[in-house]
Amino acid sequence: MIEIQNLSKSFTLHNQGGAVIPVMAGAHLKVAPGECVALTGQSGAGKSTLMRMIYGNYLAASGSILVGGVDVAAATPRDIIRLRREILGYVSQFLRVVPRVPSRTVVAEPLLALGMPQETAHNRAEELLSLLNIPERLWSLSPTTFSGGEQQRVNIARGFAHAYPALLLDEPTASLDARNRDVVLGLIKAAKERGAAIVGIFHDEGARERVCTREVDVTVFTPGVAA
Amino acid sequence: MTLHDVSLDQPLFRVEGLTKRYGQRIGCADVSFDLWPGEVLGIVGESGSGKSTLLGCLAGHMQADEGKILYRGRNTLTMPEPERRVLSRTEWAFVHQNPRDGLRMGVSAGGNVGERLMAIGARHYGDIRETAIDWLGRVEISGERIDDRPRQFSGGMQQRLQIARNLVTSPRLVFMDEPTGGLDVSVQARLLDLLRGLVRDMGLSVIIVTHDLAVTRLLADRLMVMKDGRVIEHGLTDQVLDDPQAAYTQLLVSSVLQV
Amino acid sequence: MTEQAYNFAYLDEATKRMIRRALLKGLAIPGYQVPFASREMPMPYGWGTGGVQVTAACLTPGDTLKVIDQGADDTTNAVSIRKFFERTAQVRTTETTAEATVIQTRHRIPEVALTQGQILVYQVPIPEPLRFLEPRESETRRMHALEEYGLMHVKLYEDIARHGAIATSYAYPVKVEGRYVMDPSPIPKFDNPKLGGNAAIQLFGAGREQRIYALPPYTDVVSLDFEDHPFDPSKADHACDLCGSGASYLDEVITDDTGSRMFVCSDTSYCTTRQAEGHTGRLSPKGEAA
Repeated sequence: MIEIQNLSKSFTLHNQGGAVIPVMAGAHLKVAPGECVALTGQSGAGKSTLMRMIYGNYLAASGSILVGGVDVAAATPRDIIRLRREILGYVSQFLRVVPRVPSRTVVAEPLLALGMPQETAHNRAEELLSLLNIPERLWSLSPTTFSGGEQQRVNIARGFAHAYPALLLDEPTASLDARNRDVVLGLIKAAKERGAAIVGIFHDEGARERVCTREVDVTVFTPGVAA
Repeated sequence: MTLHDVSLDQPLFRVEGLTKRYGQRIGCADVSFDLWPGEVLGIVGESGSGKSTLLGCLAGHMQADEGKILYRGRNTLTMPEPERRVLSRTEWAFVHQNPRDGLRMGVSAGGNVGERLMAIGARHYGDIRETAIDWLGRVEISGERIDDRPRQFSGGMQQRLQIARNLVTSPRLVFMDEPTGGLDVSVQARLLDLLRGLVRDMGLSVIIVTHDLAVTRLLADRLMVMKDGRVIEHGLTDQVLDDPQAAYTQLLVSSVLQV
Repeated sequence: MTEQAYNFAYLDEATKRMIRRALLKGLAIPGYQVPFASREMPMPYGWGTGGVQVTAACLTPGDTLKVIDQGADDTTNAVSIRKFFERTAQVRTTETTAEATVIQTRHRIPEVALTQGQILVYQVPIPEPLRFLEPRESETRRMHALEEYGLMHVKLYEDIARHGAIATSYAYPVKVEGRYVMDPSPIPKFDNPKLGGNAAIQLFGAGREQRIYALPPYTDVVSLDFEDHPFDPSKADHACDLCGSGASYLDEVITDDTGSRMFVCSDTSYCTTRQAEGHTGRLSPKGEAA
């Protein structure tokens, strides 16, 4: 489902004397449907960078990133938009939404973008919100005013609203209490069982052990460290 | 699972080598891009970067000197003016930064919304009124205000009225020039939310010019960065904002607090 | 100063030729506003300088001229213009519609049907029907050129929204031969149906605005409206108090300080003709009817 070959990345800081910072070289990764791969390594080793490259958020310098048959490293923005809408989901660490939009709509948006009727989409959204223990009185409020934990749960609900065949999870259990952590891990398990290919960053070792099939240390992809 | 075949459909709007000069000075130079149905393209840059000139040329308000603008395969630069004007009031729409430029201030809200309908031949008063009330509702203006003039409305309401007036004929392509400029932050958010919903529900293609990167983050699928009349960077909105490649874009992004 | 100091009908021949060219172009493109080089006339703007120039360009020594103002032959403006041409063109004048070959009018179309060979000249204050909606002349000309007339209906829409019905009661806009939207000058909308299919030539002159437009005989003229608010050429719901006509356009006249009023035909020639034929109305002098 996800196949990365010989991927490299560097940042050129034009406004700091044109400094070129290589951050990744020769990265390889293959994730099959039903697998959940945890990226590990020191902070700054490039876990987030790799996730962002898979999502098309960072440009690759060379190599290929096949997701559902589309090479993200070479695809047009239009192909990536479609990929993100239909195939590749991403639960980031932070919720970024238009202020004033009710939580229910925030969660339903990926479904509405796929053309699902509003009522069906809202039903699905409410199901997830209640599963994640967001009190009903908050559903019609914008999550921008919520606590960190509540925001993160709305974010997760949004990420799991559509059954993406490929899923990227950036610290999905951070800032959650035990009860909600269990709910999220359950969602991840269910996604695996339906055949989603998942790549994630989990600092929470217990969580990693419960849902991940494999670990990949990204330190080996750091230029100058590998070999 | 693979993406369904995209080679069959055509871009709605294709721009090739568009150039506009003001005497010796360049307005915009060699701009090329495709816009697909349902896509939102943001154009950012500082004042004087050529983004407004470009929008003016695209919408036919200004005559470009070179290049092609193909709308559904037809070159709008060589199209007879009557046809282009028909396009502008049916399949195209233009939302001005200042609602006063896009509304008839002496005409009631209902008349403003109904004008495009009447321009394309609607001749049933009751139907026109019903459609106008429906559209006022869609932009969150009470139907009771249908006979009020825009000058009795707040800035945010005027802007929403301008949007209703433009979208009533279900255009395919909407040009927007700083649609949230000059509005309070809370009013901006409401407008952005509304625009997002309309873009999604109507499958609109939008070209939006703004200097507000936060607006593009929330509204645009793709971003074009302009400087000195040229496009210096073009890509997915979040990619351009999070991993800018050009020196100028890096400067632009880093100059903004918390995009 | 002798009458011979003037050319026939006041204007010099070159000017008349210029105006006739504009008239011919106007007749060739019904409803289209033709610019012309309006001359200074010995009367103020707003008193019919456009109509007078058109009349001057049309008159021949054999013509019979009638001049009416709001339908009446005997009001100041009508009398002055009639005298002007009596003096400068020595043409015959008449108050009888059927006898006239050229009729200059302000704000009315005579009640009696006009016939082939007659010319009706309208005085026009503002020739541009889109003016009050779009003040830019450059833009209104473009709108005419491209047939962008949605705005005209916006005006009617606003009328209905505000008054429950189309409140425009004079200068009611029309569409000519399915093409140009035209201002018929400030005639009451009651007269609008007479614009279309008329046997006479209708010429419109706007002196201050320097525009001429025209309707050749039997032109198709439609008053703009909505399907559910159709054009209604209504008038006061009375009969003439002098001649009893129920079909003519009426003026309301207040007759005393207690608010008594009477309705009389605005077309004086029509009314007197009817009275001469023996028709009577509510206030006709008793026993004087022939």
